[in-house]
Amino acid sequence: MALNPKKHEMPTQAPEVRAHNFDEVALGYSAEIAVEEAARCLNCRNRPCVAGCPVNINIPDFITRIKMNDFEGAYQVISQASSLPAVCGRVCPQETQCESKCTLGIKFEPVGIGRLERFVADWHNANATEKAKAPAANGHRVAVVGSGPSGLTCAGDLARKGYKVTVFEALHTAGGVLVYGIPEFRLPKAIVAREVESLKEMGVDVETNVVIGKTLTVDELFDMGFEAVFIGSGAGLPNFMDIPGESLKGVYSANEFLTRSNLMKAYRDDPETPIMKGGRVAVVGGGNVAMDAARTALRLGAEKVYIVYRRSMEELPARREEVEHAQEEGIDFRLLCNPTEILGYENPEDRRDPKNGFVTGMRCIRMELGEPDASGRRRPVPVAGSEFVLDVDAVVMAIGTSPNPLIKSTTKGLEVNRRGGIIVNEDGLTSREGVYAGGDAVTGAATVISAMGAGKVAAKAIDRCLRKKPAPGQAPESGSGT
Amino acid sequence: MYRIATRKTLNPTVTQMEIEAPLVARKARPGQFIILRVDEEGERIPLTVAGVDQAAGTVKIIFQIVGATTEKLNHKQQGEFIQDFVGPLGQATRTEGIRKVCIVGGGVGCAIAMPVAQEFHRLGAEVTSIIGFRNRDLLILEDEFRACSDRLIVMTDDGSYARQGNVTVPLKEMLEAGETFDEIITIGPLIMMKFVVAAAKPFGVPVTVSMNPIMIDGTGMCGGCRLTLNQDGRKVTRFACVDGPDFNGYEIDFDEAMSRSRMYADFERHAYEEACNLFRNA
Ligand SMILES: Cc1cc2nc3c(=O)[nH]c(=O)nc-3n(C[C@H](O)[C@H](O)[C@H](O)COP(=O)(O)OP(=O)(O)OC[C@H]3O[C@@H](n4cnc5c(N)ncnc54)[C@H](O)[C@@H]3O)c2cc1C
Ligand SMILES: Cc1cc2nc3c(=O)[nH]c(=O)nc-3n(C[C@H](O)[C@H](O)[C@H](O)COP(=O)(O)OP(=O)(O)OC[C@H]3O[C@@H](n4cnc5c(N)ncnc54)[C@H](O)[C@@H]3O)c2cc1C
Ligand code: SF4
Ligand code: SF4
Ligand code: FES
Repeated sequence: MALNPKKHEMPTQAPEVRAHNFDEVALGYSAEIAVEEAARCLNCRNRPCVAGCPVNINIPDFITRIKMNDFEGAYQVISQASSLPAVCGRVCPQETQCESKCTLGIKFEPVGIGRLERFVADWHNANATEKAKAPAANGHRVAVVGSGPSGLTCAGDLARKGYKVTVFEALHTAGGVLVYGIPEFRLPKAIVAREVESLKEMGVDVETNVVIGKTLTVDELFDMGFEAVFIGSGAGLPNFMDIPGESLKGVYSANEFLTRSNLMKAYRDDPETPIMKGGRVAVVGGGNVAMDAARTALRLGAEKVYIVYRRSMEELPARREEVEHAQEEGIDFRLLCNPTEILGYENPEDRRDPKNGFVTGMRCIRMELGEPDASGRRRPVPVAGSEFVLDVDAVVMAIGTSPNPLIKSTTKGLEVNRRGGIIVNEDGLTSREGVYAGGDAVTGAATVISAMGAGKVAAKAIDRCLRKKPAPGQAPESGSGT
Repeated sequence: MYRIATRKTLNPTVTQMEIEAPLVARKARPGQFIILRVDEEGERIPLTVAGVDQAAGTVKIIFQIVGATTEKLNHKQQGEFIQDFVGPLGQATRTEGIRKVCIVGGGVGCAIAMPVAQEFHRLGAEVTSIIGFRNRDLLILEDEFRACSDRLIVMTDDGSYARQGNVTVPLKEMLEAGETFDEIITIGPLIMMKFVVAAAKPFGVPVTVSMNPIMIDGTGMCGGCRLTLNQDGRKVTRFACVDGPDFNGYEIDFDEAMSRSRMYADFERHAYEEACNLFRNA
């Protein structure tokens, strides 16, 4: 049989349909397509793809199981390394990770590893009947701060080993960026809710509405009897550009825009939380966050949506698939452009004019690429005299986020770097004894899979450390783990 | 879920509740706030901690019915539950070094000001309170303020109770008569706070204002609550939920804050009507 040079296409909702609904864009492989796609894998002996996956999923093994129609077996292989395959199969930037290393990719398109992973996870979720069960308790207690992928993974791994884990989450719903940031049309909320449910079935307590640093401090967690703390509080602090007009009505951070739409359900017909719908919207930035904000604006009813990005298509950091989807949906990419000022309506005759203070446009300047900068990417430089005004009613700033200083400022002895990231060693241990950290709180905004990996590393280290100690309330000689 | 331990109507538009939330009660200090959601579909709204009862593990909130969410909350009865209640958020009001303070509260802002006045009283500072309302029917917390103030001045806009005029009138009189304060703390409508700052300026008295921009998360994640401050000619951005809600009144760009607070005016009017209809038909 001749090798199919291309990945099997992902069935999707048609662009003109999906641009007006919040249902998932990619529909997933059928079993037949999955088996055919799996057949493209050469089962390479040196397994280059595995090294490309931050958590080293045994990729050829799970793909082999798919070839044999053993989908549950495939799931078991994946779950040895990953606890969130239904999520990662959807949102991993595969083109820079596992698939970038695939042997097939040298001459043809790589194997659709992410799509296969998603298929397997969805198959398991739809067909597996066995519920996760609570393992025998070992008497040790661990607190996890934040319920994003790093926190959920750390909690799950420890719970499986018999630890009593409590997850503390500041918001009213668990899931971190997976629920407040990434929109429904890319990652259905039900998938995240299911992951959280299965943690609870394993005996993990999830306490929402607890802000660590405010409601409770890290030190108080130790006083309460937790023997180790994992901080997975993410990088939620939005950056602004510091240009004139950023306080006008209609200027949002991507976090605010996406939180209103996702977490607060403003995308519904008659929501209780308001959001600006319709009009012309400019989204500033080129990452996944920018794509999500732009496509959300479109679905909320915008008549025109721009992505304004200061470099070129090549440097656009978003997942390829999202960029392609955004283009198909009609998002207008204004590349090599940078905003210099946001313009607003002003009627000095009538200070009470209700239109006063709303966005009317955004002044931009064209850029060209100069010499490579420290990151190796060519640095954009403004072209003198090339300013122009984009006619818009709303602007969403998606230019990055930093770790929130709340926990650092309330935890004595917790060291952070210049960018606010918590400093950890290779075990995820911070400068404070018993306090571990991982995910975006350490690295700054990164990826779901790297956050998950960090949660795993810390869980292992916490286990190594606590296993040796007698569980509180147990006689020292009784040991642990029974 | 958080149980409503007590509920009391203070006036036709202002209600007081005590909510069972022991973790919040243990930590809350005057000047801090909470964020709640009434039900699973609800909006997140911030309300100031108006007091705590450590023994009962309850947190007191006092709210004015101004829109859909506060309307829904007002329909909840004692013994019923609200969905979410998180806090304490924001910074507590600064009290160090303040021996003589003037608290200026307007309308439901008096509910926010009351625990601050009580705290200064407890710390032994000399407390002057000026509280103002549109009319007699809207007066709240007079007894509570009397109990914690060395001097209390009540004002109504229409003169239907106590002295007529707005809160800046007696404030100006005192300052012009040579009275001094270590700090003026003002809490109320933005326009009132703006005028309090203007009144105090010629006398160089420090003014703290309590800002209440539109919030969502209350943890510094969305930036929706941002305010512009003028610090020595430099514009800086601060998030009211984590850096505030108290700010130096001389630095705040009030015009911008007023504009931003009306961002969703049309939406809110519609939502309020919907909520009222809901209860009317029920
Ligand atoms: C819009 C958007 C789209 C993205 N798209 C992708 C993508 O396609 N692929 C990809 O791989 N990555 C993507 N990312 C990045 C990815 O989501 C993050 O890297 C990942 O979620 C980080 O996980 P985390 O566990 O470190 O933190 P988060 O997911 O940020 O979770 C942190 C949690 O901690 C909570 N918290 C914070 N402070 C406290 C506190 N003091 N007390 C209690 N709780 C607290 C927060 O409320 C939050 O729930 C995207 C990010 C965004 C914002
Ligand atoms: C730190 C802080 C403390 C506050 N403390 C109190 C208090 O103790 N008692 C009290 O009665 N009110 C307080 N408020 C104001 C209170 O939050 C609003 O009245 C409430 O959100 C109105 O919601 P609504 O749906 O009933 O009305 P809406 O119709 O939605 O809005 C009416 C007005 O309330 C304001 N508002 C709306 N949504 C929000 C929001 N999410 N966050 C903040 N303001 C909003 C807007 O200015 C709006 O024009 C406080 C606000 C802040 C920021
Ligand atoms: S987790 Fe991500 S990187 Fe790893 S195999 Fe799956 S899609 Fe590839
Ligand atoms: S590199 Fe590609 S072809 Fe080779 S085993 Fe991995 S997925 Fe299969
Ligand atoms: S309310 Fe979101 S940052 Fe302040």
